[in-house]
Amino acid sequence: MTKPTFLAGAFAIGVLAAWPRAQQLPATPQQPTEVVTTITSEAGAAPRLAVPDFIALTNDAETVAIAKQIGQVLWDDLAFEKEFAFIPRDTYGSIPRATSFADVPFNRWRELNADGLIVGTVKKTGATITVEMRLYVVRTGVASFGREYSSASARLVAHTISDEIHKSQRALNGVARTRLTFDSDRDGERMVGTVENRGVREIYTADYDGANQRRITIGKTLNIAPRWSPDGRSIAYTSYRRGGAHIFISNIFDGTLDEVTEGSASGENWLPAWSPDGTRIAFTSTREGNPEIFIANRDGSNVRRLTIHPGIDITPTWSPSGTQIAFTSDRSGTPQIYIIGVDGLGLVKKTSESYCDRPTWSPAPYNEIAYASRSGPGFDIRILDIAAGQTRTLTFGEGTNESPAFAPNGRHLVFTSTRAGKVQVFTIGRDGKNVRQITRAGTNLKPDWSR
Amino acid sequence: MRVARQSFLVMALVSSMVTLACGKKTPPVARPMPPPAPATTPAEATRPPAPPEPVAAPTMVPPEPFPEDAITSASLDELNRNSPLKPVFFDLDSDALSAEAQKALDENAALLQRYRGWAVTLEGHCDERGTAEYNLALGERRAVAARAYLVSLGIPADRLRTVSYGKEFPFDPGHDDAAWARNRRAHFVVTAR
Repeated sequence: MTKPTFLAGAFAIGVLAAWPRAQQLPATPQQPTEVVTTITSEAGAAPRLAVPDFIALTNDAETVAIAKQIGQVLWDDLAFEKEFAFIPRDTYGSIPRATSFADVPFNRWRELNADGLIVGTVKKTGATITVEMRLYVVRTGVASFGREYSSASARLVAHTISDEIHKSQRALNGVARTRLTFDSDRDGERMVGTVENRGVREIYTADYDGANQRRITIGKTLNIAPRWSPDGRSIAYTSYRRGGAHIFISNIFDGTLDEVTEGSASGENWLPAWSPDGTRIAFTSTREGNPEIFIANRDGSNVRRLTIHPGIDITPTWSPSGTQIAFTSDRSGTPQIYIIGVDGLGLVKKTSESYCDRPTWSPAPYNEIAYASRSGPGFDIRILDIAAGQTRTLTFGEGTNESPAFAPNGRHLVFTSTRAGKVQVFTIGRDGKNVRQITRAGTNLKPDWSR
Repeated sequence: MRVARQSFLVMALVSSMVTLACGKKTPPVARPMPPPAPATTPAEATRPPAPPEPVAAPTMVPPEPFPEDAITSASLDELNRNSPLKPVFFDLDSDALSAEAQKALDENAALLQRYRGWAVTLEGHCDERGTAEYNLALGERRAVAARAYLVSLGIPADRLRTVSYGKEFPFDPGHDDAAWARNRRAHFVVTAR
């Protein structure tokens, strides 16, 4: 992924220059390096934003199309977090289109009741798109936030603008630049050299909104249950390319592959989960005869067994602090969610339902575990508030719903559902609203959301 | 090939003696272990060919419909596509071997006793009604249960590999009781002979 270059570097330089001084002199507050006004509406109401198409500074069809695309993608990105209300785009037609920052008709936008207005210009030089964006307070016509971006990807520019607006205006970590991963049989490839006619599954990635779906493995076998490394540069997954199940790591930007578990003596190994600092991996292994949770370093060294029980222990997930692991165990007779310290102490049973699996610990500030819970013939997504000891249900029998994973800001989840026919990947708000279908081809399973 | 054939003949002889000694088939829980398979040592290779008679010992033929010619001449793929080794089926969320499952395993054990060169992978499979994650372990449990039973019948453990595919490879793509029943299984694949 190419990150956009920020031509306005003053902010970063200011921070670096301030750093040593801030440690020595706690007295005088630093001069703010960037003045950000916050767009507001009437008390309690979400600020109303207008996001018209960006302005193409040249009239060629390509630049015009890019300007339109950035406006639309930015709209979708901002709408996803529900921090703003939006003036519908189909009402913009009556307003004269600006041709630069100099002729924005603020009085007309005021008539539409907009509190904030995003205006951007687009210039294309070779493969590079240069975008200048300003967020105006419509009442005063003053820009509250402005930046210049250059990148080869129009979508990435829009995603970056969205994340920066959420950060500066709402102190929120947006997810517009995050990505999803999942396993899929969409290419219809078959196993080679096997006796049964079986379809392979491979690992895919997609932007958080489902765009740019790409395959990253060519195992011609089962490659399943991918998990993003915290730095977003690697994906750990379960692969059967050695015959049995083993943990592999694809370093997707380097194009290299690491093996975490090797050799027949290591038994079967499934469902890797990265520690929050990315140095360790928890997984399930039968190397000592029974499915138990183990923790190893990222390179497979220093393997340590965490659970000791003749029942099945599987599907680990780390707490955000890295001190605890939640997992599924059927030691009580049915699969239920448990929490244990990474030192192997403090085992606690957290659910007593019919059948629970795939716990996923939410990032801060929420202290929650999402999981799939059997609810009749299929499963639904439930969320356990650990401190309150209360659970709530996100899906209500629309097909069967499995394998939840949280977005890095904890406000959304990705999961699978059969509500639209075959098993597909969907996203949903942590309030159970805004269900969005991400995949459509083949069957798509066991998704994860990048940090 | 020559060596394998000779050792097979020796084994057939030994097995038939064991069978005769044991008399009629009894439930396989505490069946005495057959003597260890003779290793194919160079000394054996120098022996003269064994007499052909014991091959015909009728008590050795297991009750299954596949003519020996088809089994010995088929490629591994052909063999597995129309496998003489029966799949073993399980109840929902269970890895317990039913009486029917034990019967299928008894027959498979007889075949494995007869074809001592076969190495077999026991695949554990689940239906779609469990979660994808937990099913990986449940499938393993099913494969391991079938393997343990075969080992108790005297099949050497090192001929029986297990692998679990959870619910990733359904045999029947349907979504009804019949399909689910077909998909909850330990499935046998011959990997070498």
